[in-house]
Amino acid sequence: MSDTIKAPTVAELQAKGETPEILFWVGCAGSFDDRYKRVTVAFTKILNKLNVNFAVLGPEESCTGDPARRAGNEFLFQMQAMANIQLLDMYQVKKIVTACPHCFNTLKNEYPDLGGNYEVIHHTTFLQGLLDEGKLKVSGGAFKGQKITYHDSCYLGRANDIYEAPRNVLKSLDADLVEMKRCKTKGLCCGAGGGQMFKDAEAGDKEINIERTEEALDTGAKVIASGCPFCMTMLSDGVKSKEKEAEVQVKDIAELLDDAMD
Amino acid sequence: MTWILQVVFVVVVAVPIYFLIGRIKQIRSNILLGKDLDRSDRSGDRWKAMLLIAFGQKKMFKKPIPAFLHLLIYVGFLVINLEVLEFLIDGLLGTHRIFAPYLGSFYNIAMNFFEFLALGVLISCIAFLIRRNVIKVPRFTKPEMKGWPAMDGNLILIIECILMFAILKMNAADQVLQSRGVAGYVDTGDLMISSLFIPLFQNYSDTFLIVIERGAWWFHIIGIFAFAVYVTYSKHLHIFLAFPNTYYSNLEPKGKIQNMDAVTTEVKSMLGIPVKGAGEPPAEVGTFGAKDATDLSWKSLMEAYSCTECGRCTSECPANQTGKTLSPRKVMMDTRDRIEDIGAGKGEGKTLLGDFITKEEINACTSCNACTEACPINIDPLSIILEMKRYVAMEESGSPASWNSMFSNIETNFAPWKFSPTDRFNWAQDLNDKN
Repeated sequence: MSDTIKAPTVAELQAKGETPEILFWVGCAGSFDDRYKRVTVAFTKILNKLNVNFAVLGPEESCTGDPARRAGNEFLFQMQAMANIQLLDMYQVKKIVTACPHCFNTLKNEYPDLGGNYEVIHHTTFLQGLLDEGKLKVSGGAFKGQKITYHDSCYLGRANDIYEAPRNVLKSLDADLVEMKRCKTKGLCCGAGGGQMFKDAEAGDKEINIERTEEALDTGAKVIASGCPFCMTMLSDGVKSKEKEAEVQVKDIAELLDDAMD
Repeated sequence: MTWILQVVFVVVVAVPIYFLIGRIKQIRSNILLGKDLDRSDRSGDRWKAMLLIAFGQKKMFKKPIPAFLHLLIYVGFLVINLEVLEFLIDGLLGTHRIFAPYLGSFYNIAMNFFEFLALGVLISCIAFLIRRNVIKVPRFTKPEMKGWPAMDGNLILIIECILMFAILKMNAADQVLQSRGVAGYVDTGDLMISSLFIPLFQNYSDTFLIVIERGAWWFHIIGIFAFAVYVTYSKHLHIFLAFPNTYYSNLEPKGKIQNMDAVTTEVKSMLGIPVKGAGEPPAEVGTFGAKDATDLSWKSLMEAYSCTECGRCTSECPANQTGKTLSPRKVMMDTRDRIEDIGAGKGEGKTLLGDFITKEEINACTSCNACTEACPINIDPLSIILEMKRYVAMEESGSPASWNSMFSNIETNFAPWKFSPTDRFNWAQDLNDKN
């Protein structure tokens, strides 16, 4: 039995007079969504295994305001942002890692205008950094030679030009990375961005997530890798509706890495 | 006698220039009906964006075939305009091919180069006409392209073909006249493309050939100036506006939404955070978001005039690809139509949101930035869509019901879903379970 996996809160550490090097921003999906909670757990395990000095906000965390802003409610967004900035500044947070591209984008690009300045890193970039530094070693094993396709999240890719970090992490698994027809700058949205996650789609011929899932399945990959909770939900739903859930898994990059490290 | 022609020439040039100036003033004042937006920073990056994207056509090359054909027309347009300089001088002074004696053999090289470009333009225009009307490339046949937009596209291609033919016809007749030693027709040397047409003209009299040559000359110069005026009413205004439009590009990361500072002031005072300049009378907020074209920034309005309706945005839009009504191109076209109406004083009784663009369209946007990525000249339809969403949410409280519940979940539970905030850290309980 290895050591217990811990997710200390910033408040706990502060009580002991300690400050974490990194804040792991879990996000609402990572906190409440049953499927994405497993990603949060997987990433926490990786942080533990590598002895990263991190903490979470725990019950003090709150929505970044991203869906409100994108649905047009600027007022609510700024209320959330301002409250979060006050909390982050109170804890003197300098560096934030998050597994949610929506949180990442908002914290990184939008909080500075409201006075919140932090170094914000998406977990795929963070993991690539650990691989590059040699701190993280993957033996291959579990995914060696397996066909994996990566679905670009709009909020990582086009929104922030992060295309290579997730791919590099996948390559480190010795996996056979296959690209979908629409990838990188031309990647197709999962259908959930801009607040779409929280309402039904407008009438059309097809749901966007079905279109995207078909494209992912066309690659013949057994694993669809994603780096975003919304993409994961949309693609999992798509795979289910195609009745392929027995053969094809939708997994976050942190989960794949965690599996490979075991 | 020639002085009459010189006077006619001055009139022919002056009248379109008069209309052109009026039209430029109108478009400028329409664009300035938009709200302020500061894009005066980072001039180095802005020049770079303009040089790479507008001048260098960088983003066009995502689709290599149309990019190559477009490049031929673009280079042709830029270079053949040098020949127009000679046209202007000849027209004003009553001379013929005034540069020929000064440039010597280089004149022949230049003219041949122009002719090859004219041929390139001709081939490209014909290929584009085929793409639009025979192959019917899907993005040219979307609903918003019915009527005038489709006609506008075809007209410009046909006009360009005719203008190029006029040059070649003029040069062919000119060469026959040169060979007969007719007075005033200076030796240009052999012109490779137009000389192919010489056999068609050889049997005619000198007078008739002079009429043909002069006719083509006048047709070309009148055509160019008529074209210049027409362009200001057409989607082809992109040939000029692509340059300022890329200069004033959004240089922020695509995911970043512009902050509404008026809201910040309010939120800060509500939370008891000191506000800079508090005590001064609050600046007039006006409307939140955009209901009409005048609520948009001047940049959005400039983009509406810069859009050439190529539809690359719409063909990449996930909502449009799956049959929803949203089309980013239509958003730009509607914005232009609307600001034109307002500028012409015909704006009464209608608004951009509602009469031109529906809520159904804007609500379907996933803000994935496929449209902004696809645009060859960095137009940002997403910012217009967002401003309208803001109007609906903040002025009308008219967002879809499920968005309103998402808002109230965030307000009361600090998460977009209806979970208790005290359960937020429950995931940590699973940490060692499945180890």
